[in-house]
Amino acid sequence: MAMAALRREGRRFAPLISPRPITAVRSSPLYPTLEDEGPLGLRHISTQVVRNRMKSVKNIQKITKAMKMVAASKLRAIQTKTENSRGLWQPFTALLGDLPSADVKKNVVVTISSDKGLCGGINSTSVKISKGLHKLNSGPEKETKYVILGEKAKAQLVRDSKKDIELIITELQKNPLNYTQVSVLADEILKNVEYDALRIVFNKFQSVVSFVPTVSTVLSPEIVEREAESGGKLGDLDSYEVEGGETKGEILQNLAEFQFSCTMFNAVLENACSEQGARMSAMDSSSRNAGDMLDRLTLTYNRTRQASITTELIEIISGASALEG
Amino acid sequence: MLRRALGLLPRPIAAARARSFSTDLPAAHTADATFMEAWNKVMPNMDPPKTPLSFMHPRPPTPSSIPPKLTVNFVLPYASELSTKEVDMVIVPATTGQMGVLPGHVATIAELKPGVLSVHEGSETTKYFVSSGFVFIHANSFADIIAVEAVPLDRIDANLVQKGLADFTQKLSSATTELEKAEAQIGIDVHSALNSALTG
Repeated sequence: MAMAALRREGRRFAPLISPRPITAVRSSPLYPTLEDEGPLGLRHISTQVVRNRMKSVKNIQKITKAMKMVAASKLRAIQTKTENSRGLWQPFTALLGDLPSADVKKNVVVTISSDKGLCGGINSTSVKISKGLHKLNSGPEKETKYVILGEKAKAQLVRDSKKDIELIITELQKNPLNYTQVSVLADEILKNVEYDALRIVFNKFQSVVSFVPTVSTVLSPEIVEREAESGGKLGDLDSYEVEGGETKGEILQNLAEFQFSCTMFNAVLENACSEQGARMSAMDSSSRNAGDMLDRLTLTYNRTRQASITTELIEIISGASALEG
Repeated sequence: MLRRALGLLPRPIAAARARSFSTDLPAAHTADATFMEAWNKVMPNMDPPKTPLSFMHPRPPTPSSIPPKLTVNFVLPYASELSTKEVDMVIVPATTGQMGVLPGHVATIAELKPGVLSVHEGSETTKYFVSSGFVFIHANSFADIIAVEAVPLDRIDANLVQKGLADFTQKLSSATTELEKAEAQIGIDVHSALNSALTG
């Protein structure tokens, strides 16, 4: 493809540049500066364009390689953290179950994305899933709002669902993530939105090259109580004795808030980890691509150079033999 | 010697049960079927997202007889301190008072207050100081302890605890707003719990 582009470039530039200035640039003693002008663009293809392009591709490759290294080192730090935080949500799921199909009035979709780009498809995946959840939970008497974490999901969602956005939080990853920070954030969200069900959308880290879009559901205490009373999947909850607190509702309230902060903590870490993994693989493939492109350009450049040298030699030899003969 | 042999005995049985459980239920069944269906109706050309249940380690059903050991999961935001560890007993600092949990304990949800969590395993006892959190005891003799912060008791500096206690007592007396008072009160509670954990 690059060669085709180059050929196009060559054709475009050929009529514009007269051969004389180009030959003037060449400091070959064998080459007469004033000679009869041959067909345009045949012998005197400028290698300048190719050389410039090679330089820029090489610089791009340097940048992507450096970004890959940075992502790799960040990934290593965050991966252990993420793996350690995986135990955190399991007790809640064991107790309160996992009800993504809960039919409630006020839905809040918490979309977790990254602040920076160049990390493959993780942000558009979580935006797409969020839109799907929005569609799934919209209907008469139902409303679905967005809470957005991160610049990238904001940029994508502001375009078509601006009226549904309740809260936008960015610059989450300026400092290393810790539980205190995330629980402050969770508190902020709980204070600002009314919810019956919070659906946290994030990319769960699986390996450097793969991530799984995931949605965790946190139900409000009233809904939990309703579901428990009506039996069904949460029917077991009624058999639990509740210790401490004034009422069962109070404990459930604390539990729901704690569940939200714990789930958020894990979700934010998983997403950050997937981001670094995706960035690493994206940068890896783009530096490999730049390398391929550089190879092709070098080949073109050398071929052109070789061709012009051959032409010059032929000219000299044929000139000499014409004199002799 | 005999006691150890007894302790070893139920483990293969439990492992076999867990395995049969995981093969009985393929992964697709653990996810919410109604959700999958609804999703496929609304967004037919996109795979439904996964839900936490599909990443969850399966829990065994409630056995008919009381198992000899209690299975404990003790998690912190930054670590899984104990993960499906089988112990004899744990004592947790619930808001209603210290609560001893043995296998076959009635299913309970309890909030934790700052205090000492001790894990008894044979003749060994491990003690942690936990700040706050929740404990869920399930009918199948599983206990999940979630704490915001926990440290082994021997890593706490007694002098710093005394100093902190004095600091917060002074803060409480000089506090003017309700918020400051509440903050100082929390500080005092934590430090006096630490103090009594160290001395008691």
